[in-house]
Amino acid sequence: MAAAASSEEAVKAAKVLMVGAGGIGCELLKTLALSGFSDVHIIDLDTIEVSNLNRQFLFRQSHVGQSKAKVARDAVLKFRPNINITPYHANVKDSTFNVEFFKQFSVVLNGLDNLDARRHVNRLCLAAEVPLVESGTTGFLGQVTVHVKGKTECYECQPKPVPKSYPVCTITSTPSKFVHCIVWAKDLLFAKLFGDRNQDNDLNVHSKDDSSSKTDVFERNVDEDLSHYAQRIYDHVFGYNIETALANEETWKNRRRPNPIYVRDALPEDAVQQNGCSQDHKNEEQEPSAMVSLGLRNPQEIWSLADNSRVFLEAFKLFFEKREKEIGNLIFDKDDQLAVEFVTAAANIRASSFGIPLHSLFEAKGVAGNIVHAVATTNAIIAGLIVIEAIKVLKGDYQNYRMSYCLEHPATARKMLLMPVEPFEPNKSCYVCSETPLVLEVNTKTTKLREVIDKVIKSKLGMNLPLVMVGATLVFEDGEGLEPDEAENYALNLDKVLAELPAPVVNDTKLTVEDFQQELKCSINIKQRDEFDKEKEPDGMVLAGWTGPVDKQITSNGDKRLVPSSSSADDVDSTAEDASVKPGMKRKLNEILESQENFDVQNKSDVGSSSAQIVEDDDDDIVMFNEDPMQGKKKRLQ
Amino acid sequence: MARGEETKTKKKKSLPKNTCKTLARYPPLPIPPAADLIRVLSLGIRALAAMDSGGGAEGELTAQETALYDRQIRVWGVDAQKRLSKAHVLVCGMNGTTTEFCKNIVLAGVGSLSLMDDHMVTEDDLNANFLIPPDESIYGGRSLAEVCCESLKDFNPMVRVSVEKGDPSLIDGEFLDKFDIIVVSGASLKTKLFINENCRKRSKRIAFYAIDCKDSCGEIFVDLQKHSYVQKKPGGESEPQELTYPSLQEAISVSWNNLPRRTAKLYFAMRVLENYELSEGRSPGETTLSDIPAVLARRKDMCDNMSLSESQIPTALIERLVAAGKKEHPPVCAILGGILGQEVIKSISCKGDPIKNFFYFDAADGKGVIEDIPPPPPSVN
Repeated sequence: MAAAASSEEAVKAAKVLMVGAGGIGCELLKTLALSGFSDVHIIDLDTIEVSNLNRQFLFRQSHVGQSKAKVARDAVLKFRPNINITPYHANVKDSTFNVEFFKQFSVVLNGLDNLDARRHVNRLCLAAEVPLVESGTTGFLGQVTVHVKGKTECYECQPKPVPKSYPVCTITSTPSKFVHCIVWAKDLLFAKLFGDRNQDNDLNVHSKDDSSSKTDVFERNVDEDLSHYAQRIYDHVFGYNIETALANEETWKNRRRPNPIYVRDALPEDAVQQNGCSQDHKNEEQEPSAMVSLGLRNPQEIWSLADNSRVFLEAFKLFFEKREKEIGNLIFDKDDQLAVEFVTAAANIRASSFGIPLHSLFEAKGVAGNIVHAVATTNAIIAGLIVIEAIKVLKGDYQNYRMSYCLEHPATARKMLLMPVEPFEPNKSCYVCSETPLVLEVNTKTTKLREVIDKVIKSKLGMNLPLVMVGATLVFEDGEGLEPDEAENYALNLDKVLAELPAPVVNDTKLTVEDFQQELKCSINIKQRDEFDKEKEPDGMVLAGWTGPVDKQITSNGDKRLVPSSSSADDVDSTAEDASVKPGMKRKLNEILESQENFDVQNKSDVGSSSAQIVEDDDDDIVMFNEDPMQGKKKRLQ
Repeated sequence: MARGEETKTKKKKSLPKNTCKTLARYPPLPIPPAADLIRVLSLGIRALAAMDSGGGAEGELTAQETALYDRQIRVWGVDAQKRLSKAHVLVCGMNGTTTEFCKNIVLAGVGSLSLMDDHMVTEDDLNANFLIPPDESIYGGRSLAEVCCESLKDFNPMVRVSVEKGDPSLIDGEFLDKFDIIVVSGASLKTKLFINENCRKRSKRIAFYAIDCKDSCGEIFVDLQKHSYVQKKPGGESEPQELTYPSLQEAISVSWNNLPRRTAKLYFAMRVLENYELSEGRSPGETTLSDIPAVLARRKDMCDNMSLSESQIPTALIERLVAAGKKEHPPVCAILGGILGQEVIKSISCKGDPIKNFFYFDAADGKGVIEDIPPPPPSVN
C-alpha cells in the first residue's frame, strides 16, 4: 500500500506545516524527509536545552540556546539537501500565522507540548479547512489522532483537561503530599521572596510583634545582615507560621499536628555560622549554586533536614549576593539550578514539619517543573504513525484514517502494542466545530465583564483576542489598532458588572464572542444565578455545554473520592497529577478495551491506575490513560 | 549568630484569615519566558559542569549524565540508566531500520555500540538511512558500517560507537562474549539461525534480536533465553518474573496447526518467504514480482503440510512482501526501530514485560502486535 505510486505523488506534491520541532518534531521532520516530502514548513518558539539532547537527535550540545526550528532544518538538509524546509522561530499564536497562512498547506502536523497551542492550531485548521494530524507522548505512551473537518471529530470535540490546581488551604495550612509542599515553596515562598512583591500572595506576612499589620515581614530591614535576614525568613515560615497555624485547634482535630522548625533546631549553631561565610573563593563565572557551595553532588540523594536547611539558607543568600538584579522579577524555572535548589530545600523543610516524606532534588525538580517523562523511542514510533496517517490524509483515503495509541503494555488479548482505532464523528454539540450555544450561569449583578473574559472566554474557551457583543452592541474588543476612545471605553466596561454594561447582560441575554484570528465565533446564553458554592464553584460562574466532566473534576479537587489514583502522588510520577486529563481519550480507549475479546483484567487495571493521567509539559506531551469509568457505549472498532 | 526575638516567643495569634474561605488556585507550571531560556541554560550547564568537576562516586551517574538523561531517568530510573551505560550492543546489517534502532540506543546512553556491515555504500542504501550524507565523495568506497559509525558518534559523546569488520555469517565463540545484545538485520535465515545458536552456546547470556522491514511490513524476533525481570504492578509495587524463550529454530519449527487461529498472518507469510529464499538460494529481499507465482505455490505446499487454510495467508500480503524486495518504508523503520530500542532497554534494565517472542507491524492496518510462538512440543521418539 505505501508503495503505491499515488502515495508517492501525493507526498511529492504536498506542502506540509509542522508545528513543534521538539521531541516528536525532530523525529517527524526526519521521517518526512526520508519518506519523500519535499516542502515542509516548521514553526517552533523554543530554543534548544541540554535536557532535550537525549531524544531530540537533530540537536547537539553546541546548539544549546539556538532555535529548534532552524537547527532542525539544517540537520535534516545534511542528509536530504534538495528538499525545502522553511523554519519559523516563532509562536504559532502570532498573528502572522493566520487562516490565510494555514490555507497554503495540504496538511498540518502537530508535535506540540501544550493545550493552548493545540486548541489554537485546531481552530485555525478548522477555519482554513486543512486536515490536522495531532500527537502526543509521555514515557512509553503516545497517541496520534486525525482531525478532518466534517469527517472526524475536531481536537476539541471532547472536553479538554484543565491543569490541576489545589485549594488554598491545602497549600497554606494543611499539606498532605509532597506536591503541596512544592507548590507552597514555588508559588508562594519563592514568588514572595524573589518574584513580584505586589502580587497577591497567600503567605502570612505578619510577624508576631507586628500589631499594626502593616509591615511585610518579608521585607529586608534596613542594614539587615544577609545571614540574619535568611534566618529570620526561615524562622518565620517554618517556625512562627506553623505555630500560628497550630493555634487553631479546629484544623488539627482530625489531622496530624505539624512541628514548627526553627534554624536553631535544624542546625547546630556552629554550622549556621560556618554557613554564613559564603564561598567567595568559588569561580565567579559559575552559575551560583548552593549545592556547589556546600559540596553536595548527587541530585538523586535525599538530603537530611540539616542539609535542606543549609541549602535553603545558602540559596537564599546566593540570590541576594549574586542575582540581586533579578529579584522582584524572578519566575520559577525548572532550568534555573539555584531556584530548583531553593524550592527543593523549602519544600523538604515544610515536608519535615508535616511528616511528609522528603524527596531528592531530582524528584523535586520533576514535580516543580511538571516535567514529562520522555524517551526517543516513543517519539520515533509516534512520528512514524503520524507520517502514515498524513499520507492517508493526502490521498484522501478517509475510510482508513485511524487514531493510534502506543501502549507500554499490550492492552488486549491480541497483545497489541500499537493499537489503531477508527476515528469518531464530529461532536454535534462541540462549540468549536459546530454552532451550538453555550450556557453561562452567573450572577449578573455582581460579576464584572473582566471576570467573564478572563475566566471563561480566555481561559476556558481558549480565545486569544476576543471580541464580545451583546446583541449588536460591541462591549469589548481586544488587540491592536483600537482608537484611544474605544480602548478607554472597553477598559471602563471591563470593570462594570454585567447588568450595568451599556447593553445590559441579564438573564436570557445572548452574548456573541468571537476571535478573528482563530475565526471562531460562539454564542453564550446567560442564566442569572444568585448563589455559588465557593468551594465547588470558585469562579462564581458555571459554563455548561462543553466542560461538564472536566469542570466537575476541577471543583472536586478537595474531594479525595473523586481524584483518581492519588495514592501514588508522592513519587515523581505525580507530576501527572498536576496535569490534565483527557476524558475524550479515556472514553475512546476504554470503549476499545471493553470491546476487545478476552480482555484481561490485569492489563486493564494497569493501563488505568498506574499511569492514570495526562500531562502537559515543557516538551513532548502526553497522554496517559485513566481508569475513569466514563463509559460511552459506542463500539466502533471494526 | 543573631537569633531574632521571633524565635523565642511562643505567643499565639489567631490564624491568618485566608485558610479555607477562598479557593484560589495554584496552576501547576508557569511557562518560563523564552527570552530567559538561553541565559538560564548556558549558566545551568556551567553549574552542572562545575558540580561534576569534583568527580562523582564510582558507579554514580555524573552530573552531565544526569542532565542529559534527565527526562528518560524519569521514565526508567537511575539503576536502569547505570545498567544501560554498561551494556555492549552489536548490530549486524545496517539499513533504515537498524539505523533507527542505533539512533535510539545511542541517545539512550548504552555503553558501546559496534556496527558490522562490510558492504560498500551504494545509492540504494540512502533511501531510508539518515546517517549517510548523499555525497559520493563522502561515502564512496567506504563500508556501511564505517559511514554510519561516523555519523552516530556525533549523537552522544558518552557512547562508544565503533566498527567491527567481518562477516556476520561467521561470528561465533568468544567474539560473541564481548556483547550483551546482538541485533541482526537483512541476513539470511541461515545466518540468523547460526548466530542465534552460537549465542545460546555461550555461558554468558546474550540477548538475540532479528529485525526486518519489508516496505510497509515489519517483523522482530526476540530470544532472551532465560530472562528474569521486574514487572511493574498497577499499584506501583514490583514483582519478579522469569520467562523462558524458544530459539529461532524452535520458534519457526512449530507446526502451524498447533497455533491459535488468530496468529498474525505476517508470521506465516514471513515463514513462506523465508523458506522460498532459502531453498532458491536468494539473499533476503532478492525477490521481484516475477517470483510471486512460485512463492504462492510454496504457500500452498506449506499450508498443506501443516494443515493450515491458505486463506490464513492472504495472497495480497504475499504479493506485497515479494514486491517489497529490499525496500523499507521510512515510517515503518521508525516504528520498528523504536519498538526494538524499547525492547533492548527493557532487556538491559530487566524492567518491564519484554516482547515474547515476535512483533509484527503492518502500516496497512496500523496494528502492532505481539505473538508468543511456542517451541514444538517435545517429540515422542
